[in-house]
Amino acid sequence: MRRRKTVVAGMALALSAAFLLVAPFLFKPYGIFILSTWAVMTIAAIGLNLTLGYAGQVSLAQAAFVGIGAYITALLTTKGWPFWPACALAGVACFVTGWALGYPALRLQHHYLAFVTLAFNTLVYLVFRNEEWLTGGIYGISNVPRPSLAGWSMNGAHAFYYFCLAALALVSLATWCLIRSPWGRAFVALRENPMRALSLGVDTRRYTLMAFALGAGLGGISGALYAPLVQFIDPTPFALGLSLNLLLMVVVGGSGYFFGPFLGAIVAVLLPEWLRFAQGYYLMGYAMLVIVLMVFCPTGLLGLADRLVTPAAKAVPAAAREVAA
Amino acid sequence: MLADILQLFVAGLATGGIYALAAIGFTLLWQTSQTINFAQGEFVMLPAFFVLIGMGFFGLPFWAAVLVGVAVSILTLGLMFKKLMVDPMLHHGVLPLVIATIGLAILMKETVREFYGADAWPFPPLAAATNVTVFGAAFAVQSLVVLGISIAAVAALQLFLNKTRTGRCMQATAQNPTVARLLGVPVERMILYTFLINAALVALASLLITPIYLAKFTNGELLGLYAFIAAIIGGFNQVRGAIVGGLLLGVLDNFTAVYISTQYRLVVPLLFLIVIILFRPQGLLGRVEERTV
Amino acid sequence: MSAVLEVRDLRKSFGGIVAVDGVSFDVNQGEILGIIGPNGSGKSTLFNCILGQLRPSAGRVHLDGRAVTGMRPCDLNRLGVSRTFQLLQVFPQLSVRDNLILAGQEHRGSMLSRLVGPRDAGLAPAADKMLAFFRLDHLADELAGGLSYGQQKLLDAAMAFMAGPRLALLDEPAGGVNPTMLTSLRDRLKAINAEQGATFVVIEHNMDFVMALCSRILVLAEGRIIAEGDPAHVRSDAKVIEAYLGH
Repeated sequence: MRRRKTVVAGMALALSAAFLLVAPFLFKPYGIFILSTWAVMTIAAIGLNLTLGYAGQVSLAQAAFVGIGAYITALLTTKGWPFWPACALAGVACFVTGWALGYPALRLQHHYLAFVTLAFNTLVYLVFRNEEWLTGGIYGISNVPRPSLAGWSMNGAHAFYYFCLAALALVSLATWCLIRSPWGRAFVALRENPMRALSLGVDTRRYTLMAFALGAGLGGISGALYAPLVQFIDPTPFALGLSLNLLLMVVVGGSGYFFGPFLGAIVAVLLPEWLRFAQGYYLMGYAMLVIVLMVFCPTGLLGLADRLVTPAAKAVPAAAREVAA
Repeated sequence: MLADILQLFVAGLATGGIYALAAIGFTLLWQTSQTINFAQGEFVMLPAFFVLIGMGFFGLPFWAAVLVGVAVSILTLGLMFKKLMVDPMLHHGVLPLVIATIGLAILMKETVREFYGADAWPFPPLAAATNVTVFGAAFAVQSLVVLGISIAAVAALQLFLNKTRTGRCMQATAQNPTVARLLGVPVERMILYTFLINAALVALASLLITPIYLAKFTNGELLGLYAFIAAIIGGFNQVRGAIVGGLLLGVLDNFTAVYISTQYRLVVPLLFLIVIILFRPQGLLGRVEERTV
Repeated sequence: MSAVLEVRDLRKSFGGIVAVDGVSFDVNQGEILGIIGPNGSGKSTLFNCILGQLRPSAGRVHLDGRAVTGMRPCDLNRLGVSRTFQLLQVFPQLSVRDNLILAGQEHRGSMLSRLVGPRDAGLAPAADKMLAFFRLDHLADELAGGLSYGQQKLLDAAMAFMAGPRLALLDEPAGGVNPTMLTSLRDRLKAINAEQGATFVVIEHNMDFVMALCSRILVLAEGRIIAEGDPAHVRSDAKVIEAYLGH
C-alpha cells in the first residue's frame, strides 16, 4: 500500500518537475511571469505550512513578512546593494520579528497568535502606506533591479524564472531536511498530541515559536524574490487579503503535507489566471471550497488524495486527545 | 475644551457600545462551544444589507424591513451557521472551524460585493441627526440613542443570563459543559441559544453602526478586528470583560483619531492588545485560565 | 532523607468541587507505590497536579528536596520524571521506533544539535534495545497506529522509560490489557525497577496487578488518603472495603 502511494507520488513529482523545466518554452512572457509568481508564493506558503501544518498555529501575518522582505530588498537593491545580502537580511529580519511577535503570544493558549498576527499585519500595512519617507508611501519604490549571478544578469523573463525555480528548490530541500530531523519528529508530536508531547519533555512552546519564526523568515525570502519579480513595490499587495489567501492556499493544498503549499499555490495563483472570465465568482468559489473541505476533509486536497489511495482508514484506537487549541 | 472631551467621550462610548455587542457574542460563542468566529465582523456587516434588500427589492417600509432583516439574520447567522457549519466540524477540533470561518468571512464579503455591489450605501439612522445641548456641550442625539440602546441590550442580556433559569443554564454550559450535562442541563439546546443570541446581537450592532459607516461590503474587516480586540482586552472568558473592552476601545479609538492621527487610528488598539497579551493575558477582567498544556 | 517525591497538603478544587483534599505522602527511592481507590476519588487529578498538567490550588511538591510545584510538564520530565496517561497516548502517525526516539530525543543535546545532527539523534540503538526488552522489536518499523491495543499499551510504557527516568508515574498501565500480556507487563515493570533503580507510582484498578507489583499502597477516597500500608494490610482494612462497597 505504501509502495503504491510512493510510486504514484514519484510519478506525479517527476512529471511536474519536467513540466516546470520546459515551461518557459511553452509559454509567452506573461505566462512565465505567472509561473514565477507561483514559485515565489509557494515559498511563502511553505513557510506558513510550517507554522500551520506542522505547529498547528494560525498566522495571519504572512503577508506582512512578505512585505517586509520585499521592502527591505527593494530599498537596498535600488540603493546599489547586491541581491544576496539584501535577501539574507530580509530573511533574518523577518525571522527575528516573527520570534519577537510569537514569544509573548505563544505563551498563552487558544489562538491568540491568530489575533496578534492579524493586528500585526494591519499595523505593518499602515506603516507601509503612511511612512512615505521610508517606503515611498502609496507611490512605492520603482525600478527594483533584477539580481545578477557572477556577472550574468537575470533581467530576462526566462532567466529570472529559473532563478525563482532554483530558489524554490533550495527552500524545499532545506524544509525537507528540517522535517526529517528530530525537529520534524517534535513537530508531528506537538501537532498530534501536545499534552503527551509535553510529558515526554518536548518543549512545545519553543518548537512552536521556532516554527513560526522560520515561517516568517521564509515569508521574508519570498518577499525578497517578489521585489525583483514585479520590480515595483507598493503597499497594496501586502494587506490582510494576501495573508488570508496564503492561509487558504496552505489549507486547500493540505496543511501538514510537504507538497500542500505547491498544490495550494497552483489553485490560488494559476487557476485564477485560467478562470479570468469568472473573476468575482472565483474568490467565492475558493472560499466555498475551503468551507466544504474543512467539513469533509480538513487535511485538504492532498489529504483527500491520501484517503482515496489508502483504503478504509485503519481504526486507530487512540484516546480522545487535546487537539491543538 | 472640557466640552469637546466630553463630546468625544460620549461618542466614543456610543461606538464602544456597538463594539461591545459584537464582542459579547464572540465571547459567548467561544465560551459555550469553543467556536472562534473569524467572520464576526462580516456577521455585523450583513444584516444591514438584508434590511436594504427588504426596502429596495421588496419595497418594505423601514421598520418592517428591520424586523424581517433581524429575523433572517437570526435564521442564517444563528441557526444555519450552527447546523450547517459548526456542528459538522466540531469533532475535527478547533483549528478547522477557525479556518472555515475565515473562509466564511471571505464568502460573505465577496457575495455582497458580487450580488449587491461594491459601493457604500446610506442607511437610515434610528434617530434624527440633531444635537442636544447639555451643560454647554453639544451631544449628537444619535450617539446618545445608540449608547442607550446598547446599554439596554446589554442590561437585558445580563438580566437574562443571571435571573432566568435558561440564562443560568447557559452560564453553566459556558463554564463546564460536562458537569452541566450531568446536572441535567440540555447542553445542546443551550449552545443553540448562544448562536441565536449572537445573531441577534450582531443584527442589532449592524443596525446601530451602519448609519455611521454606511453599508459597504468591507465593513466587516474593521468591525471584526475591533470585536476580537475588545473581547481579548476585556478577558476572553467573561461577558463583562467584552463590555468593558468594547467601551474602552470605542473611547480610545475616538480620542486617537482626534488627538493623535487618523491615519494611525488603529495603532492604539493594536498596541493595547499587544500590551495586554504581554502583561495581563487573561484580559482586564478575565480569570487566570487553568493550565492544561 | 531518601524520599524521591514529597507531596504536602496538595489540594485541587474546580469551582465548588474539591477533587483532591489535602493529600500528603512520600515516595522513597526504589519503591513501587500503588494508589488505588474508587472511581472519582481524585487519583488522576492528583497525578495531574504533581506533574504540572494542572495547577494545584494549594500544597507543595518536592522532587529530591527541590520544589517543583506547578512546574511545566516538559521541564519536570527533563528533571527525570515521566508518566503515562490513563487514556492511551502513543503517536499513531509515527513508527514504533520513532515514538521511542521521540521519547528520548529531548533529553540529550540541544535544540541546535537536534536540528543539524543525525536523524535519530543517536538513539536508534537505545530504542531498539528498549523494543527488544518489551518484545516489540518485530514491530519497530510499523506505524504505531496499526498496533493492537495491548501492544500500544506496552509501547506507551516503553516510552515512559526511554529517557531512564528517576521517577515514573503510571496511570492505569494495565487498563484494557488482556491477561496474558498483563503478566508480561508486570514482569517488565519489575525488571526495570530492579535494573534502572527507578521509583514508580502506579494508579490501578486491577487489584491483582497492584497487589503483585507494589510494595506499598495508598488508598484514596473522595480526595483524601484513607489507608496506607502493604498489600495484605490494605486489603483487609475496613475503611477501604467500605469505600469500595459502601455509599
